[in-house]
Amino acid sequence: MSKFAKKKDGEVPAVSTASLPDIVFMLLFFFMTVTVMKDSSLKVENILPNASEIKKLEKKDRVIYIYVGTPTKEYQKVFGTEPKIQLNDKFASPSEVGDYILMERAKKPQELQNVLTTALKVDKNAKMGLISDIKEELRKVNALKVNYTTYEGDAFRNLQ
Amino acid sequence: MARRAGAPEVSAGSMADIAFLLLIFFLVTTTIETDAGLDRMLPPIEPPDTDVVIKQKNIFQVNINKNGQLLADEELIDLKDLRSKAMAFLDNGGDGTCSYCQGTKNPESSDNPSKAIISLKNDRETKYSTYITVQNELVGAYNDLRNREAQRLYGRKFVDMEAEYLNPETPDDVKEELKEKVKKIQELFPQKLSEAETSSN
Repeated sequence: MSKFAKKKDGEVPAVSTASLPDIVFMLLFFFMTVTVMKDSSLKVENILPNASEIKKLEKKDRVIYIYVGTPTKEYQKVFGTEPKIQLNDKFASPSEVGDYILMERAKKPQELQNVLTTALKVDKNAKMGLISDIKEELRKVNALKVNYTTYEGDAFRNLQ
Repeated sequence: MARRAGAPEVSAGSMADIAFLLLIFFLVTTTIETDAGLDRMLPPIEPPDTDVVIKQKNIFQVNINKNGQLLADEELIDLKDLRSKAMAFLDNGGDGTCSYCQGTKNPESSDNPSKAIISLKNDRETKYSTYITVQNELVGAYNDLRNREAQRLYGRKFVDMEAEYLNPETPDDVKEELKEKVKKIQELFPQKLSEAETSSN
Protein backbone atom coordinates (compact mmCIF):
# COMPACT_ATOMS: atom_id res chain seq x y z
CA MET A 1 0.00 0.00 0.00
CA SER A 2 2.78 2.34 0.84
CA LYS A 3 3.96 1.98 -2.73
CA PHE A 4 1.05 4.02 -3.98
CA ALA A 5 0.79 6.46 -1.16
CA LYS A 6 4.23 7.90 -1.78
CA LYS A 7 3.22 10.93 -3.80
CA LYS A 8 2.05 12.96 -0.95
CA ASP A 9 2.27 16.41 -2.50
CA GLY A 10 0.14 15.17 -5.42
CA GLU A 11 1.64 17.60 -7.94
CA VAL A 12 2.02 16.91 -11.63
CA PRO A 13 5.69 17.15 -12.61
CA ALA A 14 6.47 20.08 -14.89
CA VAL A 15 6.79 19.28 -18.56
CA SER A 16 10.36 19.72 -19.66
CA THR A 17 10.75 22.56 -22.11
CA ALA A 18 14.34 21.71 -22.91
CA SER A 19 13.45 20.41 -26.37
CA LEU A 20 11.33 23.42 -27.24
CA PRO A 21 14.19 25.30 -28.91
CA ASP A 22 14.92 22.24 -31.04
CA ILE A 23 11.35 22.03 -32.25
CA VAL A 24 11.21 25.71 -32.97
CA PHE A 25 14.51 25.59 -34.80
CA MET A 26 13.23 22.76 -36.91
CA LEU A 27 10.23 24.84 -37.95
CA LEU A 28 12.48 27.81 -38.46
CA PHE A 29 14.75 25.95 -40.86
CA PHE A 30 11.75 24.66 -42.77
CA PHE A 31 10.42 28.13 -43.36
CA MET A 32 13.87 29.52 -44.08
CA THR A 33 14.38 27.03 -46.87
CA VAL A 34 10.97 27.41 -48.51
CA THR A 35 10.86 31.20 -48.29
CA VAL A 36 11.05 33.16 -51.49
CA MET A 37 11.52 36.82 -50.86
CA LYS A 38 9.39 39.09 -52.96
CA ASP A 39 11.80 40.87 -55.23
CA SER A 40 9.51 43.63 -56.37
CA SER A 41 6.58 45.28 -54.75
CA LEU A 42 3.47 45.69 -56.82
CA LYS A 43 2.67 49.19 -57.91
CA VAL A 44 -0.33 48.19 -59.98
CA GLU A 45 -3.68 46.64 -59.21
CA ASN A 46 -3.30 42.98 -60.01
CA ILE A 47 -6.48 40.98 -59.83
CA LEU A 48 -5.94 38.14 -62.26
CA PRO A 49 -8.75 36.59 -64.28
CA ASN A 50 -9.91 33.00 -63.71
CA ALA A 51 -9.28 30.06 -65.98
CA SER A 52 -9.80 26.34 -65.66
CA GLU A 53 -7.48 24.84 -68.29
CA ILE A 54 -4.32 25.93 -66.55
CA LYS A 55 -0.84 24.56 -66.26
CA LYS A 56 1.46 25.09 -63.30
CA LEU A 57 4.44 27.32 -63.78
CA GLU A 58 7.24 25.14 -62.45
CA LYS A 59 10.80 26.27 -61.88
CA LYS A 60 10.72 29.88 -60.87
CA ASP A 61 14.24 30.54 -62.09
CA ARG A 62 13.06 30.24 -65.69
CA VAL A 63 10.36 32.84 -65.49
CA ILE A 64 10.38 36.54 -66.30
CA TYR A 65 7.47 38.48 -64.90
CA ILE A 66 5.62 41.37 -66.47
CA TYR A 67 2.86 43.08 -64.52
CA VAL A 68 0.07 45.11 -66.06
CA GLY A 69 -2.73 47.00 -64.37
CA THR A 70 -3.97 50.38 -63.23
CA PRO A 71 -1.55 52.09 -60.85
CA THR A 72 -2.45 51.79 -57.19
CA LYS A 73 -3.98 54.74 -55.31
CA GLU A 74 -0.72 56.34 -54.27
CA TYR A 75 0.64 56.38 -57.82
CA GLN A 76 -2.55 57.44 -59.54
CA LYS A 77 -1.81 61.13 -59.06
CA VAL A 78 1.40 60.86 -61.04
CA PHE A 79 0.66 58.10 -63.50
CA GLY A 80 -3.09 58.38 -64.04
CA THR A 81 -5.66 55.63 -64.01
CA GLU A 82 -4.95 54.01 -67.37
CA PRO A 83 -3.43 50.50 -67.13
CA LYS A 84 0.36 50.56 -67.08
CA ILE A 85 3.17 48.07 -67.42
CA GLN A 86 5.39 47.42 -64.43
CA LEU A 87 8.83 45.95 -65.01
CA ASN A 88 10.78 45.16 -61.86
CA ASP A 89 10.13 48.18 -59.71
CA LYS A 90 9.17 50.85 -62.16
CA PHE A 91 6.52 51.76 -64.66
CA ALA A 92 7.44 51.36 -68.29
CA SER A 93 6.12 51.92 -71.76
CA PRO A 94 5.52 49.02 -74.16
CA SER A 95 8.67 49.87 -76.14
CA GLU A 96 10.83 49.14 -73.08
CA VAL A 97 9.59 45.58 -72.74
CA GLY A 98 12.00 44.23 -75.35
CA ASP A 99 15.06 45.66 -73.64
CA TYR A 100 13.87 44.41 -70.28
CA ILE A 101 13.48 40.87 -71.58
CA LEU A 102 16.96 40.95 -73.12
CA MET A 103 18.42 42.28 -69.89
CA GLU A 104 16.70 39.66 -67.75
CA ARG A 105 17.69 36.96 -70.18
CA ALA A 106 21.34 37.98 -69.98
CA LYS A 107 21.21 37.62 -66.19
CA LYS A 108 20.19 33.97 -66.37
CA PRO A 109 22.67 31.14 -66.76
CA GLN A 110 23.57 30.20 -70.31
CA GLU A 111 21.77 26.89 -70.35
CA LEU A 112 18.48 28.43 -69.27
CA GLN A 113 18.45 31.29 -71.75
CA ASN A 114 16.58 29.34 -74.39
CA VAL A 115 13.90 27.89 -72.17
CA LEU A 116 12.64 31.03 -70.49
CA THR A 117 8.94 31.73 -70.09
CA THR A 118 7.43 35.17 -69.84
CA ALA A 119 4.65 35.28 -67.30
CA LEU A 120 2.13 38.00 -68.03
CA LYS A 121 0.37 38.98 -64.84
CA VAL A 122 -2.34 41.17 -66.18
CA ASP A 123 -5.20 42.72 -64.30
CA LYS A 124 -8.56 41.55 -65.58
CA ASN A 125 -9.69 45.06 -66.39
CA ALA A 126 -6.80 45.83 -68.72
CA LYS A 127 -7.48 46.29 -72.41
CA MET A 128 -6.12 44.03 -75.11
CA GLY A 129 -4.46 46.90 -76.97
CA LEU A 130 -1.71 47.14 -74.38
CA ILE A 131 -1.32 43.36 -74.28
CA SER A 132 -0.99 43.25 -78.06
CA ASP A 133 1.78 45.84 -77.89
CA ILE A 134 3.60 43.71 -75.30
CA LYS A 135 3.12 40.59 -77.40
CA GLU A 136 4.52 42.40 -80.41
CA GLU A 137 7.59 43.41 -78.39
CA LEU A 138 8.06 39.87 -77.12
CA ARG A 139 7.97 38.56 -80.66
CA LYS A 140 10.65 41.05 -81.66
CA VAL A 141 13.08 39.69 -79.07
CA ASN A 142 12.05 36.11 -79.78
CA ALA A 143 10.57 35.46 -76.35
CA LEU A 144 7.76 33.38 -77.74
CA LYS A 145 6.82 31.28 -74.76
CA VAL A 146 4.29 33.15 -72.69
CA ASN A 147 2.08 32.23 -69.79
CA TYR A 148 -1.02 34.24 -69.06
CA THR A 149 -1.01 33.84 -65.31
CA THR A 150 -4.49 33.33 -63.89
CA TYR A 151 -6.25 32.12 -60.82
CA GLU A 152 -7.80 28.70 -60.92
CA GLY A 153 -11.55 28.93 -61.25
CA ASP A 154 -14.49 29.07 -63.56
CA ALA A 155 -13.60 31.17 -66.58
CA PHE A 156 -17.14 32.47 -66.95
CA ARG A 157 -16.83 34.33 -63.67
CA ASN A 158 -14.61 36.78 -65.56
CA LEU A 159 -17.55 38.14 -67.44
CA GLN A 160 -19.44 39.47 -64.47
CA MET B 1 43.24 34.84 -5.16
CA ALA B 2 40.90 31.97 -5.52
CA ARG B 3 40.68 30.44 -8.95
CA ARG B 4 37.29 30.47 -10.48
CA ALA B 5 35.89 27.11 -11.46
CA GLY B 6 35.66 27.71 -15.20
CA ALA B 7 33.45 30.19 -17.01
CA PRO B 8 29.88 30.41 -15.77
CA GLU B 9 27.34 28.62 -17.91
CA VAL B 10 25.40 30.77 -20.38
CA SER B 11 21.71 30.57 -19.83
CA ALA B 12 19.93 29.03 -22.81
CA GLY B 13 16.51 29.95 -21.54
CA SER B 14 16.01 32.75 -24.04
CA MET B 15 17.07 30.70 -27.00
CA ALA B 16 13.51 29.61 -27.63
CA ASP B 17 12.37 33.22 -27.65
CA ILE B 18 14.97 34.18 -30.21
CA ALA B 19 14.12 31.21 -32.37
CA PHE B 20 10.43 32.07 -32.14
CA LEU B 21 11.15 35.60 -33.26
CA LEU B 22 12.99 34.37 -36.34
CA LEU B 23 10.32 31.77 -37.00
CA ILE B 24 7.56 34.34 -36.95
CA PHE B 25 9.51 36.58 -39.31
CA PHE B 26 9.90 33.80 -41.89
CA LEU B 27 6.31 32.68 -41.39
CA VAL B 28 5.11 36.12 -42.31
CA THR B 29 7.35 36.59 -45.34
CA THR B 30 6.81 33.15 -46.83
CA THR B 31 4.86 32.65 -50.02
CA ILE B 32 4.66 29.03 -51.04
CA GLU B 33 2.15 29.30 -53.88
CA THR B 34 3.22 28.49 -57.38
CA ASP B 35 1.74 30.43 -60.22
CA ALA B 36 -0.40 28.81 -62.82
CA GLY B 37 -1.87 29.97 -66.08
CA LEU B 38 -2.50 29.40 -69.74
CA ASP B 39 0.61 28.49 -71.70
CA ARG B 40 0.76 29.89 -75.19
CA MET B 41 3.34 30.20 -77.93
CA LEU B 42 3.55 33.42 -79.90
CA PRO B 43 4.14 33.21 -83.64
CA PRO B 44 7.69 34.05 -84.74
CA ILE B 45 8.14 37.49 -86.24
CA GLU B 46 9.53 36.52 -89.63
CA PRO B 47 6.79 35.44 -92.01
CA PRO B 48 7.10 32.03 -93.65
CA ASP B 49 8.91 32.18 -97.01
CA THR B 50 6.28 30.41 -98.98
CA ASP B 51 2.69 31.50 -98.90
CA VAL B 52 0.69 28.61 -97.61
CA VAL B 53 -2.74 28.30 -99.12
CA ILE B 54 -5.30 27.26 -96.55
CA LYS B 55 -8.80 26.38 -97.53
CA GLN B 56 -11.40 28.62 -96.01
CA LYS B 57 -13.28 25.67 -94.58
CA ASN B 58 -10.25 24.64 -92.55
CA ILE B 59 -10.22 27.91 -90.67
CA PHE B 60 -12.46 28.58 -87.71
CA GLN B 61 -12.57 32.33 -87.34
CA VAL B 62 -13.23 33.73 -83.87
CA ASN B 63 -13.67 37.47 -83.52
CA ILE B 64 -14.11 39.35 -80.26
CA ASN B 65 -15.31 42.91 -80.50
CA LYS B 66 -14.80 45.67 -77.97
CA ASN B 67 -18.04 44.89 -76.15
CA GLY B 68 -16.98 41.32 -75.58
CA GLN B 69 -19.34 39.90 -78.19
CA LEU B 70 -18.25 36.85 -80.06
CA LEU B 71 -18.39 36.15 -83.78
CA ALA B 72 -17.53 32.55 -84.68
CA ASP B 73 -17.58 31.65 -88.37
CA GLU B 74 -19.69 34.71 -89.16
CA GLU B 75 -22.26 33.80 -86.55
CA LEU B 76 -22.94 35.72 -83.39
CA ILE B 77 -22.71 33.16 -80.61
CA ASP B 78 -22.69 33.02 -76.84
CA LEU B 79 -19.39 32.43 -75.06
CA LYS B 80 -20.81 29.32 -73.44
CA ASP B 81 -21.34 27.67 -76.83
CA LEU B 82 -17.82 28.37 -78.05
CA ARG B 83 -16.28 25.21 -76.67
CA SER B 84 -18.79 22.85 -78.30
CA LYS B 85 -18.58 24.80 -81.58
CA ALA B 86 -14.80 24.58 -81.62
CA MET B 87 -14.92 20.90 -80.76
CA ALA B 88 -17.39 20.19 -83.54
CA PHE B 89 -15.12 22.01 -85.96
CA LEU B 90 -11.92 20.21 -84.89
CA ASP B 91 -13.53 16.81 -84.68
CA ASN B 92 -15.34 17.06 -88.01
CA GLY B 93 -13.08 14.96 -90.25
CA GLY B 94 -14.66 16.11 -93.50
CA ASP B 95 -12.50 14.21 -96.00
CA GLY B 96 -12.72 10.89 -94.22
CA THR B 97 -8.97 10.53 -93.58
CA CYS B 98 -9.36 10.85 -89.83
CA SER B 99 -10.10 7.43 -88.38
CA TYR B 100 -10.62 8.52 -84.78
CA CYS B 101 -12.88 11.52 -85.37
CA GLN B 102 -16.44 11.28 -84.19
CA GLY B 103 -17.73 14.43 -85.86
CA THR B 104 -20.49 14.87 -88.38
CA LYS B 105 -18.16 14.64 -91.43
CA ASN B 106 -19.68 17.80 -92.82
CA PRO B 107 -17.91 18.57 -96.14
CA GLU B 108 -18.32 22.29 -95.44
CA SER B 109 -16.23 22.11 -92.26
CA SER B 110 -12.64 21.07 -91.51
CA ASP B 111 -11.00 18.16 -93.38
CA ASN B 112 -8.79 16.73 -90.67
CA PRO B 113 -7.75 17.79 -87.15
CA SER B 114 -4.19 18.22 -88.39
CA LYS B 115 -5.37 20.79 -90.92
CA ALA B 116 -7.90 22.58 -88.79
CA ILE B 117 -6.82 26.01 -87.66
CA ILE B 118 -8.53 28.27 -85.17
CA SER B 119 -7.91 31.92 -85.82
CA LEU B 120 -8.47 34.32 -82.96
CA LYS B 121 -8.85 38.00 -83.57
CA ASN B 122 -9.58 40.71 -81.05
CA ASP B 123 -10.12 44.41 -80.86
CA ARG B 124 -7.75 46.78 -79.03
CA GLU B 125 -10.59 47.69 -76.70
CA THR B 126 -11.45 44.10 -75.81
CA LYS B 127 -11.22 43.44 -72.09
CA TYR B 128 -8.42 41.13 -71.03
CA SER B 129 -10.73 38.98 -68.94
CA THR B 130 -12.94 38.27 -71.97
CA TYR B 131 -9.89 37.38 -74.00
CA ILE B 132 -8.72 34.94 -71.31
CA THR B 133 -12.15 33.34 -71.16
CA VAL B 134 -12.10 32.79 -74.91
CA GLN B 135 -8.55 31.42 -74.78
CA ASN B 136 -9.59 29.17 -71.93
CA GLU B 137 -12.53 27.79 -73.90
CA LEU B 138 -10.43 27.14 -76.99
CA VAL B 139 -7.71 25.39 -75.01
CA GLY B 140 -10.49 23.54 -73.23
CA ALA B 141 -11.88 22.32 -76.56
CA TYR B 142 -8.50 20.85 -77.45
CA ASN B 143 -8.11 19.35 -73.99
CA ASP B 144 -11.55 17.73 -74.10
CA LEU B 145 -10.81 16.07 -77.43
CA ARG B 146 -7.36 14.96 -76.27
CA ASN B 147 -8.87 13.61 -73.07
CA ARG B 148 -11.31 11.57 -75.09
CA GLU B 149 -8.56 10.02 -77.20
CA ALA B 150 -6.31 9.40 -74.21
CA GLN B 151 -9.17 7.75 -72.41
CA ARG B 152 -9.75 5.50 -75.42
CA LEU B 153 -6.09 4.59 -75.99
CA TYR B 154 -4.59 4.58 -72.50
CA GLY B 155 -7.55 4.66 -70.17
CA ARG B 156 -6.70 7.92 -68.46
CA LYS B 157 -7.09 11.63 -68.97
CA PHE B 158 -4.65 13.55 -71.14
CA VAL B 159 -4.41 16.50 -68.77
CA ASP B 160 -3.42 14.17 -65.91
CA MET B 161 -0.80 12.49 -68.06
CA GLU B 162 0.62 15.84 -69.13
CA ALA B 163 0.65 17.19 -65.59
CA GLU B 164 2.52 14.11 -64.41
CA TYR B 165 4.95 14.40 -67.29
CA LEU B 166 5.69 18.05 -66.49
CA ASN B 167 5.98 17.47 -62.76
CA PRO B 168 9.68 17.57 -61.81
CA GLU B 169 9.13 14.99 -59.07
CA THR B 170 8.11 12.26 -61.50
CA PRO B 171 10.84 9.61 -61.85
CA ASP B 172 12.69 9.51 -65.17
CA ASP B 173 11.55 6.11 -66.35
CA VAL B 174 7.89 7.04 -65.88
CA LYS B 175 8.58 10.27 -67.70
CA GLU B 176 10.03 8.51 -70.73
CA GLU B 177 6.99 6.33 -70.98
CA LEU B 178 4.63 9.25 -70.65
CA LYS B 179 6.52 11.32 -73.18
CA GLU B 180 5.63 8.91 -76.00
CA LYS B 181 1.98 8.84 -75.07
CA VAL B 182 1.64 12.57 -74.58
CA LYS B 183 3.32 13.19 -77.93
CA LYS B 184 1.04 10.74 -79.68
CA ILE B 185 -2.10 12.36 -78.33
CA GLN B 186 -0.80 15.82 -79.14
CA GLU B 187 -0.28 14.73 -82.73
CA LEU B 188 -3.84 13.48 -83.00
CA PHE B 189 -5.15 16.95 -82.19
CA PRO B 190 -2.33 19.43 -82.80
CA GLN B 191 -2.99 22.82 -81.27
CA LYS B 192 -3.14 25.27 -84.15
CA LEU B 193 -4.30 28.50 -82.68
CA SER B 194 -3.36 31.50 -84.72
CA GLU B 195 -3.53 34.99 -83.31
CA ALA B 196 -3.74 37.72 -85.87
CA GLU B 197 -2.73 41.27 -85.07
CA THR B 198 -5.45 43.18 -83.33
CA SER B 199 -7.65 45.46 -85.34
CA SER B 200 -8.20 48.97 -84.11
CA ASN B 201 -11.27 50.15 -85.95
